[in-house]
Amino acid sequence: MAQITLIEAVTQALAYEMAHDDSVMVLGEDVGVNGGVFRATQGLQEKFGELRVLDTPLDETTIAGVTVGLAVQGMKPVAEAQFEGFIYPMMEQIACHAARMRNRTRGRLTVPAVFRAPWGGGIRAPEHHSEANEHLFTNIPGLRVVMPSSPARAYGLLLAAIRDPDPVMFFEPKRIYRQYKEEVPDDGEALPLDVCFVLRDGTDVTLVTWGAQVKEALEAADELAAQGISAEVIDVATLTPLDFDTIAESVQKTGRCVIVHEAPKTAGFGAEIAARLAEECMYDLLAPVERVTGFDTHIPLFRLEMKYMPSVERVVDAAKRTLAAS
Amino acid sequence: MTIAAKFEIEYLQYLDAEGKQVRDDLPEFAKDLGHMVELYKLMLSTRVFDAKSIALQRTGKLGTYASCLGHEAAHVGIGSAMKPEDVYAPSYREYGAQLYRGVQPREVYMYWGGDERGNDYQKEPARHDFAWSVPIATQCLHAAGSALAFKIRGEKRVAVCTIGDGGSSKGDFYGAINIAGAQNLPLVAVIVNNQWAISVPRKIQSGAPTLAQKGIAAGLFSIQVDGNDIIAVRKAMEDALERARSGKGGSVLELVTYRLGDHTTADDARRYRGEQEVKDGWEKEPMKRLRNWLVGKKVWDDAKEEAWKAECDEWMDNEVNAYLETKTQPVSAMFDYIFAEVPADLAKQRDYVLSLESKGH
Repeated sequence: MAQITLIEAVTQALAYEMAHDDSVMVLGEDVGVNGGVFRATQGLQEKFGELRVLDTPLDETTIAGVTVGLAVQGMKPVAEAQFEGFIYPMMEQIACHAARMRNRTRGRLTVPAVFRAPWGGGIRAPEHHSEANEHLFTNIPGLRVVMPSSPARAYGLLLAAIRDPDPVMFFEPKRIYRQYKEEVPDDGEALPLDVCFVLRDGTDVTLVTWGAQVKEALEAADELAAQGISAEVIDVATLTPLDFDTIAESVQKTGRCVIVHEAPKTAGFGAEIAARLAEECMYDLLAPVERVTGFDTHIPLFRLEMKYMPSVERVVDAAKRTLAAS
Repeated sequence: MTIAAKFEIEYLQYLDAEGKQVRDDLPEFAKDLGHMVELYKLMLSTRVFDAKSIALQRTGKLGTYASCLGHEAAHVGIGSAMKPEDVYAPSYREYGAQLYRGVQPREVYMYWGGDERGNDYQKEPARHDFAWSVPIATQCLHAAGSALAFKIRGEKRVAVCTIGDGGSSKGDFYGAINIAGAQNLPLVAVIVNNQWAISVPRKIQSGAPTLAQKGIAAGLFSIQVDGNDIIAVRKAMEDALERARSGKGGSVLELVTYRLGDHTTADDARRYRGEQEVKDGWEKEPMKRLRNWLVGKKVWDDAKEEAWKAECDEWMDNEVNAYLETKTQPVSAMFDYIFAEVPADLAKQRDYVLSLESKGH
């Protein structure tokens, strides 16, 4: 079996589902002949034609609104925002229609759509190409917000997202699109959309993260292990609806928690997890919850961008502070 | 000088403000006087419905309501031209079109009366239409997406959206007609130009001499229509639907009408427009000309008018009662339709609210 990258797993999932369900289609800018600027839709137009792999006019609002219309008519559109930073014109259609269609019509009309976007920084991209803004969507009722962090999870979660009867934001951490390869059987097996993934067991501190920061969290866990500290690593992966139980169980065991994310700190999704820990796990905590995040700044242009990103060192330091506190 | 392209916008009218026929080539449907009477009756019931809605709001039995006074020809013209299998994406005051497609007055009352079940249209073909769209012009793209789905599946169906003159300024409208042109989609985008976007008049909404010509830029068939003349509206709609259904592409129709009422019951149009203008609007309103025309054809008279009004009153009273008798939804309904199934995390919030209910909070 071939080993594939995260971005190839995205393509594999799209191809699988399009081959097995005629109502599945992709649309976006440059998704056709060009196969997407990151090649997520490579080869799909050849296989499935120009209508099911549709190059749209260059207007994100159009992509999002047309996606709502397609989905209401029983198609399962997978829309691509070329970069997370270009998703803002889509937000009215996503928040006012995709996310609330089922609720406002009491279930009469629904939007089984996926909105994909290459997410986050760290690839020396131009301005507006490096945004991490998942927290703007986790606060919208009626949306699922999903972020894979490995080829296998990209494949299984994207299949689940397409099959889900409600709209799903599928944010792909582009910094790790080609970080490593792994075997991903093309078996059509979806992963659940309502559980966090415990990637590494530990007893002293819980590192909670998602997306590209899973890489830093795992490396930090290695570093901590070398220093005799046992870190558990949780990939939240499906941010909303949140599987808080998995996080709570881990923190009840370790008594310490470091939340790591790339988006700005204030009102980032880490704030929600920290608040929930305060509400539900206060007496299990042996130390204050730490957050290692981007700053409340715009992500800098690329000469400085790695100074903005959570680093392995910052995660290790934060974990050690929680141990020093108790 | 070399001309790269040249365009013109036709203006379509059959009946003038007094109901005098201004052209002889009546369309087929208009030769069926029985059918024309039916259209008039629905226009009249729409007006009775609208008056009833405003009365309900003024007596505290309805929330904010957007009146359709003066739009009866435009709306009934749209609804009556569509086939059941077509899909309609309205904004929020096109009751004449919607009643034709099976939306019940009680559902309109429910929606403006603060109950989501008003959007759950029970009767076909309205049941497969979109619900009202409050964010301006966003529904145009839903219609475009629907039209794309019909094209992909090879279905001979058309998606129709309506926006106002203000709505034609929005990117969603331009985006919808643009992709309809680019992909040859069966879309009919109807601009109901009632001259006012709340308090902003048509002349500072756009510098374009007609709003119809916006469709030219998208490569669509475009026409301006007397929106108070139901024969013209219906004819333009039938032609546009036929073109779309037979794969000849989408259209933009501008129906020129006048908003005789306030924007909504929360608005007071006296703040921004003069009495004379409104008087002029009443001179051109859509009911009078059709009534005069039908009376001239000896198929309508005062007695029939009074009898039908009385029937409408009874119909609306029945609908109002059905609305007023509706029980408020259980509080759990707030959670039940967010996702197909209530996620465990959300269920905790629902259970909390239910626990408050049981304590009588």
